[in-house]
Amino acid sequence: MVNIVDRRLNPKDKSLANRQRFIGRARRQILDAVRDVSARRKVADIGQGGEEISIPADGLQEPGFRKGSGKGLRRHVVPGNKQYVAGDAIARPEGGQGQGGRGGSPQGEGEDVFQFTVSRDEFLDLFFENLELPDLVRTQLTKVEHQGLQRAGYSVSGSPSNLNLARTMRNSLSRRLALKRPRREETRVLDEEIDRLERSGKDPERLRALIKLREEQIVRAKRIPYIDPIDLRYNRFDPVPKPISQAVMFCLMDVSGSMTEDMKDLAKRFFMLLYLFLQRRYQHVDIVFIRHTHIAQEVDEDTFFYSRETGGTLVSPALEEMERVLRERYDPTDWNIYAAQASDGDNTPADNPAVVEMMESLILPVCRYFAYIEVAEERGWEMTTDLWQVYERLVKAGRPLAMRKVKSRADIFPVFRDLFTPVELRR
Amino acid sequence: MNADTPLYTGADWDYPLIKKAFDAIERVAIDEMGLDPYPSQVEVISSEQMLDAYSSMGMPLFYRHWSFGKHFARDEMYYRKGMTGLAYEIVINSNPCLCYIMEENTMTMQTLVMAHAAFGHSHFFKNNHLFRSWTDAEGILDYLDFAKAYVSECEERYGQREVERVLDAAHALMTHGVHRYPRRQPLNLHQEMQRKKERRRYEEQTFSDLWRTLPQRPDQPAPQVQALDKRREALRLPEENLLYFLEKRAPRLHHWQREILRIVRVVSQYFYPQKQTKVMNEGCATSVHYHLMTRLHETGRLTDGAFMEFLHHHTNVVFQPEYDDPRFSGINPYALGFNILQDLKRMCLNPTEEDRRWFPDIAGNGDFLSTWKQAWAEYRDESFILQFLGPKVMRDMRLFSVRDDADEANLMVEAIHDDGGYRDVRRALSGQYDLARHEPDIQVVDVDLSGDRRLILEHRAVDGRLLEESDARQVLRHLATLWGYGVKLYEVDPRTDKVLNEFPEVAPATD
Repeated sequence: MVNIVDRRLNPKDKSLANRQRFIGRARRQILDAVRDVSARRKVADIGQGGEEISIPADGLQEPGFRKGSGKGLRRHVVPGNKQYVAGDAIARPEGGQGQGGRGGSPQGEGEDVFQFTVSRDEFLDLFFENLELPDLVRTQLTKVEHQGLQRAGYSVSGSPSNLNLARTMRNSLSRRLALKRPRREETRVLDEEIDRLERSGKDPERLRALIKLREEQIVRAKRIPYIDPIDLRYNRFDPVPKPISQAVMFCLMDVSGSMTEDMKDLAKRFFMLLYLFLQRRYQHVDIVFIRHTHIAQEVDEDTFFYSRETGGTLVSPALEEMERVLRERYDPTDWNIYAAQASDGDNTPADNPAVVEMMESLILPVCRYFAYIEVAEERGWEMTTDLWQVYERLVKAGRPLAMRKVKSRADIFPVFRDLFTPVELRR
Repeated sequence: MNADTPLYTGADWDYPLIKKAFDAIERVAIDEMGLDPYPSQVEVISSEQMLDAYSSMGMPLFYRHWSFGKHFARDEMYYRKGMTGLAYEIVINSNPCLCYIMEENTMTMQTLVMAHAAFGHSHFFKNNHLFRSWTDAEGILDYLDFAKAYVSECEERYGQREVERVLDAAHALMTHGVHRYPRRQPLNLHQEMQRKKERRRYEEQTFSDLWRTLPQRPDQPAPQVQALDKRREALRLPEENLLYFLEKRAPRLHHWQREILRIVRVVSQYFYPQKQTKVMNEGCATSVHYHLMTRLHETGRLTDGAFMEFLHHHTNVVFQPEYDDPRFSGINPYALGFNILQDLKRMCLNPTEEDRRWFPDIAGNGDFLSTWKQAWAEYRDESFILQFLGPKVMRDMRLFSVRDDADEANLMVEAIHDDGGYRDVRRALSGQYDLARHEPDIQVVDVDLSGDRRLILEHRAVDGRLLEESDARQVLRHLATLWGYGVKLYEVDPRTDKVLNEFPEVAPATD
């Protein structure tokens, strides 16, 4: 009567469609929450798997007619009486029960908050929605180095490892059927009968006929092979050129003494976003990290983000270092070059002409995009820094340079979005 | 087969073992207990699939809607953080009865779950009168299949947004989309004639010419009232099944929108008996699994170790934290149901003087199984508690009733588990399970289809408890969307018909 079914192999994520609908509906709130999270999160944790987010529940409630708790008369029957007898008065518990542990809403009001976890992919998808690396396509270089292989049907020749067994056997079977190659069972039946007749010695006539038939069969089986070379089929692969857009991204950061830890933190966050963004969007993007004080050096990622360094501030060495790396490894005809610089805007005034010179003659002409992020103390003075003035002049001259100021963690994401939103989507 | 060898040893399970255990349980359940469940289909699923099943009301297939995704997101988070465990099983009131069991469970757990779901719940589904008269176990899965396909076809044809609007609105009214009383079946011609004949005979028998001589009442009701009455009669008002009313009467809905309302209504109706029988349903299943597992152990088919494991799970399930315990979150239906049924059994077999006073029909009748079966078949939570909750259970659980009047500063203990209080506690507890008291009583009372078409609703606020304002406003907005014209809601005192509260008229959203 019982029927036991194993459903474990059935497709999972049956509610995926529902989940997508839910995320679609709450898109705006979720985007805000994701941005919020990116501001709160430690650099190294960004993109490290799912994230628990809370979103305001407006638009997500499922209302229904229910009785309110304010007015009227109710009775509760509860278990575990220890001291009460009929007629006792109990002080009303403060603030109602069962409300603890829900976490207050940011507005501090009774607004309902919905908490859930977004997966890493969903998080990043939302995070980088509509962002593009500027001008990447336009300078798509023709250099095609990668040859991909693609399945392209079957062929009659090929290497044994590509032999398609199913096809081959199908051909073999149909050929054997068509040419009436004697099957093994038939010959066995024949053999048995011959054997029986020989033993009994009866019906020599038939025995002779059978032996003749048997011999014919043997000849036929020999003439018609089990597998013929014409049966063979191989999987065929065609080489297809796979265009790669290669790009290199330079990350330049001032780590000198004038940068406070907070400012470094902001810069780190910006680069981290960049880094995630590039890793997600483009498979072949090189990243070069250059940090500088009064001297500049190319470093690996960990050193760039985490090692401490103090010193004076000179920007031109960083540009020189970048130029050196460019010259050595990234030929502008082969690579799209992008750069992002983070600094507090300090520069030794004497260095400014050198910076302008470097930028104008060497860096900007080969760069597709140069993003400059100026980080400032949260309560810092609103004043224009040396570097800002220098770069502003370059922007006015129509150079491919974008610059923004960032003050707090919460600024990072909007600025990032702003810089990398495709032009056609900008308002 | 040797009845005394254990069915299994160790924790691992495989299909032959499950089959063997099922057969052993079945023998006890059918032959000894005389249960009458649906045939079963046991399905083994993984924890992800269990989460999936959670999100769509436990059904194996369902139409798509964002709210299920929302529930899934929440359940998943709680589960991943370890804040809640998953249910051990899900059972579906269908024929054959689908029981989901999880792959992580031990063999003892699988045995327990099968006893619980495939026999306990299944017997209840098949025999309880609410389920018999309101749900269609044969057709539900086919219907859901149809519903899913229909909704997705509508989405393709009219756009996801449009469908979502209707579903959102329908879901908001879901609790008010059930028929609470059986509708009268239309009579066929033969019955109609029969009735007519009987009526005429009755009239002939009781004819008295004297009545004609009585003076007529001079004052006719005002024409307005007459018109109202006529209208109400034509529209069969008042109507408490809001979804039904909208489906049949809303002037501006398209056919597909009506069909979607109908789908939501059918689903709501399907779950309505479950809402009314939580205590009984779980009590029944828990008592059945307890009995079955004990019998298996007694006949040597369960090892002592397995039985201990079972007892551990069982006590967890029927654990009732006390009101001042941080774990307390209301009365555990498993505990209450199980306690009442076990107490019934005790009364049947070893009655005390008190039992004879309280339950003269049951005490000492010696046949607890038929008593149980009769209770399972004929009652729902509210009536079950009112009928069978005995003083011993109230004492054991130390139940007491607290009166919470919003107008008074303090809560008041009304009755406790003593001679003077048993009946009051029982009545109060039973009321707690009365859905009619839980869910606000909202009815369509008037609509002037030839006039401004404004829909008038009335909430009959029992005990002066008004609706939750912001929720009600949102629901009214949804309601107006479906109705297509203005909607107005009054809250009235059912005793005096005095209007307690009035919601501003909500016009349908224009977009």
